[in-house]
Amino acid sequence: MTELARPAVRDADDTARRRYLESTGRRRFVRFWREFVRRRPLGTAGAVLIIVMLLTAAFADRIAPYDPVEIRFSDLLQGPSFQHLLGTDPFGRDVFSRIVYGSRTALLVGFSASFVGCTLGLVLGVVGAYFGGKVDQLVQRLMDVLLSFPLIVIAIAVVAALGTGEDKIANVIAAITVPIIPRVARVVRSSALSIVNMPYIEATRAVGSGAVRIMFRHIAPNVFAPYLIMLTAFLGQAILLEASLSFLGLGVFEPTPSWGLMLRGAGMQFLEQAPWLAIAPGVAISLAVFGFNLFGDSLRDALDPRLRTA
Amino acid sequence: MRRYVAGRLLLMIPTLVGVAILTFVIMRAVPGDIVALKYAGSPVPQSVIDDERHQLGLDKPMWAQFTDWMGEIAHFDLGTSLWTGHPVVEEILVRFPLSLELAIIATLLAITIAIPLGVLAAVRQDTWTDYAIRLFSIGGLAMPSFWIGLLMVLATITFFGWAPPLVFTAITDDPIANLSQMVLPALSVGYRYSAVSMRMTRSTVLEVLREDYVRTARAKGVSDSIVVLRHALRNALLPVVTVISLEFAFLIGGLVVTEQVFNLNGIGKLLVDAVAHRDYTLIQALVLLLASVFVLINFVVDMAYVVLDPRIRYS
Amino acid sequence: MFNRQIAAFPVALALLLAACTPAPKGNAPTQSGTAAEQPQPGGTLTFIVNAEPPSFDGHRETTFALLHPIAPHYSTLYKFDPNDLTKVIPDVAAAMPEISADKLTYTIKLRTDVKFHDGSKMTSDDVVATYNKIIFPPTGVLSPRAGAYAAVDTNGITAAAPDTVTFKLKYPSASFATNLASPWNFIYSAAKLKADIHWYEKNIMGTGPFTYVSNTKGQDWIGKKFPDYFGKDKNGVQLPYLDGYKALIITDASAEVNAIRSKQAAIEFRGFTPQQRDTLSGALGTSLAIQEAPWICVNYVVPNTKKPPFDDVRVRQALTLAIDRYAGSTALQKITIVKDVGGLMRPKGPFAQADADLQKIAGFGTDGAANKAKAKQLLADAGQTNLTFKFLNRNITTPYEPVALFVIDQWKQVGITATHDVKETSAYQADLRAGNFEVALDFNCDFLDEPDLQLAKFWSASGLGKGLNFAYYDDATLDKMIDGQGRETDPAKRKALVADIEKYAMDTKAYQYPVLWWYRIIPYLSIVRGWRIGSNHYTNQDLETVWLGK
Repeated sequence: MTELARPAVRDADDTARRRYLESTGRRRFVRFWREFVRRRPLGTAGAVLIIVMLLTAAFADRIAPYDPVEIRFSDLLQGPSFQHLLGTDPFGRDVFSRIVYGSRTALLVGFSASFVGCTLGLVLGVVGAYFGGKVDQLVQRLMDVLLSFPLIVIAIAVVAALGTGEDKIANVIAAITVPIIPRVARVVRSSALSIVNMPYIEATRAVGSGAVRIMFRHIAPNVFAPYLIMLTAFLGQAILLEASLSFLGLGVFEPTPSWGLMLRGAGMQFLEQAPWLAIAPGVAISLAVFGFNLFGDSLRDALDPRLRTA
Repeated sequence: MRRYVAGRLLLMIPTLVGVAILTFVIMRAVPGDIVALKYAGSPVPQSVIDDERHQLGLDKPMWAQFTDWMGEIAHFDLGTSLWTGHPVVEEILVRFPLSLELAIIATLLAITIAIPLGVLAAVRQDTWTDYAIRLFSIGGLAMPSFWIGLLMVLATITFFGWAPPLVFTAITDDPIANLSQMVLPALSVGYRYSAVSMRMTRSTVLEVLREDYVRTARAKGVSDSIVVLRHALRNALLPVVTVISLEFAFLIGGLVVTEQVFNLNGIGKLLVDAVAHRDYTLIQALVLLLASVFVLINFVVDMAYVVLDPRIRYS
Repeated sequence: MFNRQIAAFPVALALLLAACTPAPKGNAPTQSGTAAEQPQPGGTLTFIVNAEPPSFDGHRETTFALLHPIAPHYSTLYKFDPNDLTKVIPDVAAAMPEISADKLTYTIKLRTDVKFHDGSKMTSDDVVATYNKIIFPPTGVLSPRAGAYAAVDTNGITAAAPDTVTFKLKYPSASFATNLASPWNFIYSAAKLKADIHWYEKNIMGTGPFTYVSNTKGQDWIGKKFPDYFGKDKNGVQLPYLDGYKALIITDASAEVNAIRSKQAAIEFRGFTPQQRDTLSGALGTSLAIQEAPWICVNYVVPNTKKPPFDDVRVRQALTLAIDRYAGSTALQKITIVKDVGGLMRPKGPFAQADADLQKIAGFGTDGAANKAKAKQLLADAGQTNLTFKFLNRNITTPYEPVALFVIDQWKQVGITATHDVKETSAYQADLRAGNFEVALDFNCDFLDEPDLQLAKFWSASGLGKGLNFAYYDDATLDKMIDGQGRETDPAKRKALVADIEKYAMDTKAYQYPVLWWYRIIPYLSIVRGWRIGSNHYTNQDLETVWLGK
């Protein structure tokens, strides 16, 4: 992170300190989770849902009985049976397999959008808080503009300008990332502000540390708790947003297996002849978001109960 | 104080100018134009397309289009819709009452559900009551509201053969017809909305309950319910008000999918159609309108803080 | 397939369905059109339009969303017979046109009892002003269909007498007479046009069966009976039968179904999918009627001939050979609005080739396996055994998505990897117009079985096909063939010329080719009578003869 040459003595000091922190950190980590599981049953349930989802995504090719994109018109719109647990869609594709593979799309979109959005928000929030003055004003105004800008216009613009289609999930992710940034930046900025004025930051500055080093070695780790909480909260929101965008025809596209996409068009049109088409993906979305929210909520209670992220 | 209010009001200007520039740039950067779209799939020669683009002023250079637009706004003229040729103001005014009413009903619904449940969950923290309420609220955040909406319509139509009316009737003309159109969308939106507010209520009440003065009151033997209602709730309300107002601002233009599913002729659907049509004038007007609503509500919330919480003083 | 779908329902319901539902096959109207019924006047028809009209000027727009709510306010010179939609009959004209021996002069007598909604009398001046606006629009006036009347001589439209109009042509035109029945050519008042030629873009004032009442943007359009309308039925009863109508704008597919299901709307005139039909017939039983017909709408596969390897005719032939259209028809007609295999002209329409002849064209044969083998061979010859490209499509579900998925799957079977590249409609149009794609799924809809219309996309891209021909070829031979059939006034000879064009454009050169033709399905409340489905969703919308049973 810092390319400045530093005296050898301080390096040795650093190493020792880091080693100490890591050992106690690991112990603290274990203790934290043991406590978490014991005291927060809802959060633990959420964690279980997330783990199940992660495993499903990781072993999708083992779990799914069929190729999720293979069209077999001879089998179209079959009801749930032992061959097809959740029936088949209008193209004869196995709905269960598409749900299983859909977890990959959901996690990919959720994780990427939330991670990129929260990280950019973190950087902007910390930069604004650290520099203050004109820089802070500029960042804040930019964030205000993004906040007051209707989500749907950003989404349509990104998707229309860059295109969608099965090989362009990145564009959908970008569309979902943009609205996350200002929301995170706001929270991070206010947390960071309280740290910027602490004496030890002043001290580090006096020693001659560079701005980048101070921001990312000293301030950023202190706002890590809200960052982590928002990361889980927005993960669920990102999955929901993907579903809404795909439903509107502005998200992921056929033949990519995606839960939101499965609800669109076919899912709704066949609601009565083939209710499993609309119910299964809806339940999958709800369970996934439910898991992330349950976990995120309890994580907040455990890490930083004063933090308010709606 | 007066200086703070004035400064706060002035800050809205750069934000709105930024929104205006961003809208303009984004929409022109997006491929496709209204004329080509209008004649999609029809054997229309290129000359017709060129003529219409010229008539709509779309062949002017970007900067000229931008200065034209800014000039019009300075005269409080939002222009005419490129799609229908009718004044943008008319297009918006037809839809606004519906969106506003839906936002109000959903808000009322959310408040009536969220605040009592939120307080209850906080008071009974870490009991089964708390867990049940939290599960209910997280469920509201987890289920796509358009999906709930669709299932609700399907249920009423299958079991009762009834679907909400398709045409908006002003509440002043026929309250029953009006409300029967609003009830299902308000429920599907209100559930999510109440979940957001309920979580905020719970966490702020929890926070206040830990404060010294509340403990003192309890220690003095004041009954729990009085402590909660008199002290905790009052002081916990501010952040809840913030969440509710911001959500309200979002609802006015953000119910894109819900409006589509229930066939509501509202602002969200208008916005999506306008973007799909590349109806620049209408998009620009709508985005500015929604951004102004958002910025104004933010301002009002900030002012409410100053008025309601004597601890906050702005200089 | 019908049975398999209801198998998921409780048995009782399934039995009920089987007992009550008219089989969704066959084109015969199930309820309306039976001669024995006596039309009953009165009532208001509520119908759905699934898009909002842009301006109100029929001469200017091209969307059915304008015709459905607005056509009842207007008359046209001729129209399609509501009882036989292949036949042209007079509307405000008194008789069919008298055509001179050289086929260059059309003399049309007008009815003398036609009144505008403001009470003024319609004369030949109004017709002349209307057609001059359509065919020779002054600067600043848009007329997208002016090209269809290219044969008309400048200053050739004259009012010989208050009840007579003549059209003079520069050369004989096979399609001119039927184009006078275009549903877009509303007769406007000469006085209104003279005062402001743009007046009709925002106002309504015609001679049609219904007068304008109100319009709420994005929501509805209301019209009521015009008591002085000139039309009478064969028993001398004043038309229209209805007291009025209300068009509801509903854009969401499930909301449309719910509207009919809850009986808040009686009909939607564009078309529903087989699932929407089955949902409605399951829920409404005998109070639902269904009409179905082949539709003059089709999806084309369009390879961009400017982008290698699609400049190679073998590659283009391989793309069409790989598509087993008969297998596609069997599967896709169950899930979306496509059905018949056809060439460039609507299957079963007046210009369609016999199936046996069509099957000789590459990709239209019934032996799918043989065709696929041939496609592989062609790809190998062209050195394209691992052909990979992006297949541009628009983000509309019905029927674009299933059609594209089917085609991609067919190509996969001959080793072609096509990625589905879906864009929002505006962006999709921009790509088509900029030639910014490799292969695209294009579409076309017309109001009439007419080679001049259906072949419009086939003119050279830098000539008459500019903005229409997205395969981007220039071919003087093909231009000459298209021009030639348009001048041939003998129907049989013209049909043969069109067949030559089909062979040349879809096989010899394989420029662009249809996948499957659309199939129109209208499920509606059986109280709606006197409306018959046609081959398109543009004509037969003046609602003159529609009435409501009980």
